[in-house]
Amino acid sequence: MSETKKLTKKDLTADHPTWCPGCGDFAVLAAFYKVLEKLQFPHEKICTIAGIGCSSRFPYFVNSHGVHFIHGRALPFATGVSLSRPDLHVFAFGGDGDGYSIGGNHLDHAARKNVNLTYVVMDNFVYGLTKKQTSPTSPEGFKSKTDPTGAIDRPINPMKKLVYGGATFVARTHATQVKHMMQVFERAILHPGFSVVEVLSECVVFYPGIFDDGNPRKGGEFDIIDEEEHDVTDENAAYQIATLQYPGKFGVFFEEDRPTKNDLEQKWIDDSQQKTGGAGAADLLKDRFAAFK
Amino acid sequence: MSNTAAPASSDHSLIELQDAVIRFAGNSQDGIQTIGAFLAKLAGRSEREVMTYMTIPSTISGGPSIFQVHLGSGEVLSPGDESDFLVAFYQHSYENHISSLKKGGVCIYDSDHVDEPDLENKDIVHVGIPITSTTVEAIGGSARDRGKNIFVLGLVAQLFQLKKEKLVSLVERQFGRKGEGVLRNAMVAFDAGFAYPIGDVLNMAFNLKSGEATGEEKVTMDGNTAMTLGLLAGGVRFGAGYPITPWSTIMEQLRSELPKYGGVFVQAEDELAAVSIALGCAYSGHTSVTGSSGPGLSLKMEALSYATMAELPLIVINVQRGGPSTGLPTSVEQSDLMQAIYGSHGDCPRIVIAPKDVEDCFYVAVEACELAKEYSCPVIVLTDQALATRIEAFTEPDLESLVEEPELDQEIRAEDFKPYPLDGLTRHAPPGAPMEGGKYPVVTGLEHDEWGHPSGNPTMHARMNARRREKIKSLGDKLPAPEIFGDEEGDVLVVGWGSTWGPIREAVIRARENGKAYSALHLRHMNPLPNSLAEQFKKFSHVIVVEMNDEGLYGSGQLATLLRARYCDPRIQSTCKTDGLTYRVQDILDRIDAITG
Repeated sequence: MSETKKLTKKDLTADHPTWCPGCGDFAVLAAFYKVLEKLQFPHEKICTIAGIGCSSRFPYFVNSHGVHFIHGRALPFATGVSLSRPDLHVFAFGGDGDGYSIGGNHLDHAARKNVNLTYVVMDNFVYGLTKKQTSPTSPEGFKSKTDPTGAIDRPINPMKKLVYGGATFVARTHATQVKHMMQVFERAILHPGFSVVEVLSECVVFYPGIFDDGNPRKGGEFDIIDEEEHDVTDENAAYQIATLQYPGKFGVFFEEDRPTKNDLEQKWIDDSQQKTGGAGAADLLKDRFAAFK
Repeated sequence: MSNTAAPASSDHSLIELQDAVIRFAGNSQDGIQTIGAFLAKLAGRSEREVMTYMTIPSTISGGPSIFQVHLGSGEVLSPGDESDFLVAFYQHSYENHISSLKKGGVCIYDSDHVDEPDLENKDIVHVGIPITSTTVEAIGGSARDRGKNIFVLGLVAQLFQLKKEKLVSLVERQFGRKGEGVLRNAMVAFDAGFAYPIGDVLNMAFNLKSGEATGEEKVTMDGNTAMTLGLLAGGVRFGAGYPITPWSTIMEQLRSELPKYGGVFVQAEDELAAVSIALGCAYSGHTSVTGSSGPGLSLKMEALSYATMAELPLIVINVQRGGPSTGLPTSVEQSDLMQAIYGSHGDCPRIVIAPKDVEDCFYVAVEACELAKEYSCPVIVLTDQALATRIEAFTEPDLESLVEEPELDQEIRAEDFKPYPLDGLTRHAPPGAPMEGGKYPVVTGLEHDEWGHPSGNPTMHARMNARRREKIKSLGDKLPAPEIFGDEEGDVLVVGWGSTWGPIREAVIRARENGKAYSALHLRHMNPLPNSLAEQFKKFSHVIVVEMNDEGLYGSGQLATLLRARYCDPRIQSTCKTDGLTYRVQDILDRIDAITG
C-alpha cells in the first residue's frame, strides 16, 4: 500500500446497502465513511464486526476486513480481535436486539473489561429483520406482533446500562443529525478503551416517526449536552441525564480515562517476558517440563 | 537397605514386588492427592512406569475421596483392578474400600478413627496405626491433624524402602514455596512417618523391583497439564474459556503461561463469549483455543457451526464428564462423542480426535493445532475426566524439533484472491493483510460463494456443503490404518477410543495369555474415521466396542452406533457402562465373555 494514497469514501464503499429506502442506518454509514476519511487509518488495519440484524449487515457495506458473525456475539468476537491484534482499528456494529437483548450480558463485560474498540448501536426500538416484534427498547404500549395489545415489559435504558457496565465512553446521537453523529463518532474512535455510541436510527417500515421528537425538522428538539455544564467524568451526572424524559439529551454522557484490558494484558506480557529474558517457546516449554521431573 | 529406619528383624520377611497398587481412602481435604502425586513423581524419577487414579467429590471441600497409585517396573496400562495396599483414614473409608483389597493384601488403618476390624479375617493383613494422634503429637501446636498425609507418605516410604532423599527433595520443593513454618511441619510429619516403628505391628517389608535402568528421568504430570503443554507446543497463543470442572485447570494454566509467550487467554463471561472471543483470535490469524466440559460444549455449538461455515480454524478441548446436564461433574464418561461430531445445527462436518493416555494428551493437542490450520475448521479434542486428573510418567517430548514460533500472516493478497476456492482448501486473509485489488473480504455465516459473498443460490449451497464435507473426508483418506494390537485376525477384536486404551490393552494381554485369540484396535481419529476399518473388522468373528456411555435406544454405544451406520456390519456390538468409573480389566473380559457366549 502506498503511504501517500489517501483513503477515500470511494475506497471504503462496498456493496450497496440492502436496507429499506429511508432507513436511518444509511446516514450512520455515511457518517462512518466521512469520519474514516478524516482519520486516515491504513485501509488494511480497519476491521468491522457485527452480529445479526438489519444494522448488523453493516460490514458488507464497508470495504474493509469484516466479519458477519452470529446473533448477539459481535462484542466477544471483536474482543478477541482487539486483544490479539492491538494494531487494528476494531469497530462493532449492531442493533438494540443484538446488543441489548441476546447480547446484553456481553455488553456489560466488554464494558467492564474496557476492551479497546468502538461499538455503534443503531437503536430503532423494534425488531426489523424479523418484521416487527417487541425489542428491549420498545416503549411500553408499543403494538407489535409479539405484543398485539401493546408492550407490557419495561424497556431497558441503554445509557444507564452502559454507564453502569463500565464503558469508558458513552454517547448518544440521532441518525438525522449527521454533523453531530460525526463529531461523536470521531471522539468515540479516538477514545482509548471501550467506546459506545447509541444512535437513534429510525425503522421507517415498522416504527416510523418514533424519533421525530428528537428531530427539529419534524418539530422535535435535538437537545445537545452542554459540556460546560455537564461534567462528563461524573458518573452520577451521567445517570441523571440518562433518566430524563424521552427524547432526552444527546452528546457525550460519560467519559473516563481508565487502563484498557489491552494495556493491562500487555503489561503482564511485558513483565512476564522480562522475567524469562524473552526466552523462545522451545526454551519456555523445556523449563515447564523440568518442573515435572 | 541403608534407607530403612526400622530395620527388618530376622523374623521379618522382605517381599519383592513387580508392581503394587496402593489405594488411599479419606476425605478430600486430607490431601491424599498430594501423597499420590509425590509417589507418582518419585516413580517417574526412579525410572518406573506409573499410572494413578483419582476420584474427587464435586463438593468444594469435604466428602470421600480416593487416590490410587499403580507403581510398576514394567508397562503400567491401568490403575489396577484391585489394590495390594489400602490406607484407610476413616471408618467410611475402611468400609467402602476394604473390598477393593486383594486376598492377602495389607490394610493400614488409622486406629484413631477406624474401629478395630475383624482380626480373625486372615485374608487381609490389618495394621492399625494411630495416624492422627501420632501426627498431632509430632507437629504439636495448633496444626491439629493437618500433615497426616505427609506422615503417611513417610510411612509408605519406609514400608516400600523408597528413596528418602528424593522424596525429601520433592517435599521441599512442594512446601518450600508455602513458607518456612509449613515446610518444617511437613518435614516433621514425614520423619515421624518414616521412623514409625511399623515393624512392631507388621512383620513384612516390601521392595519394588526396579525395571531395567533406562537412565532416563521421566516427566510426571496429569492429562490436563500435558494437554496445556501440547497446545503451547502446537502454537496456541490466544484463546478464551469459562470455568467448568474438569476443564478449568487447562484454562488456569494457559492464563498464567501465555503471557510468557506474548499471548493472552481471556476468562470470558460465559461459554458463548468464550468460543466467540477464541474465534475472534482465530480470525485475526492466530492459533486459538477454547474448551469446556459437556454442558459448556453444548453452549458453544452455535458458534462452532459458524466456524464450520466460515471455515475458521479453532481448537476446542472437551473434557468429558458424566452427563446429561450437570450429571456427575467429577466422574468419567465418554458420552459426548455424538455431540462433538453432530452437536451443531445444519450439516456441520468437523474434525474430532481423542487422546488415549496422559502422554497422548500432549501429542493430540499438537496434532489438533496442525489439523485446524491445515483444514481451516474446528477441531474438537475429546479427552475425559479420568485422563484430566490422573498422573502418569512419560518421556519428555523432543521439544526442539516440535516447537515452532508461530508467525502472523500479513502477506499482501493478489487481486484474484478467493478465500473459498471450489478446488482447494480455505486460506483466509487475516485482518491487516493488504488486498492488492483494493477489495476486502467479509467472513460470514451466510452461505457464500468462492469470494465469500453471501449467496442464496441453491446450487451454490449444495456445492459449498460438498466442499466442506469433502475437505473433512480428504483427511480420512490420509489416515493410516490403526495398528492392531495382537494378531490381525482372530476371534475378538476389541475396539475402543480415549482413556479406555490402557485397560483394553491389558485385557487383551490377559486374554492372549489364556490362549484366546483377542486383539485390540484403538481409534484416535473419531471424525473422520480411517477408511481401513471395514477390511480390518472382516478378519474377526466379533468386533466389540468397549465404551463408557449408555447403550442407547437401539442397544449400541455411541461409537458402535457410528460404526454400524458406516459399515452396516451386524458383527459390530458394544458393551457400555455409565457408573462414572474407569473400566476394570476383568470387567472388560467378563463383558466380552457375556457377548461371545
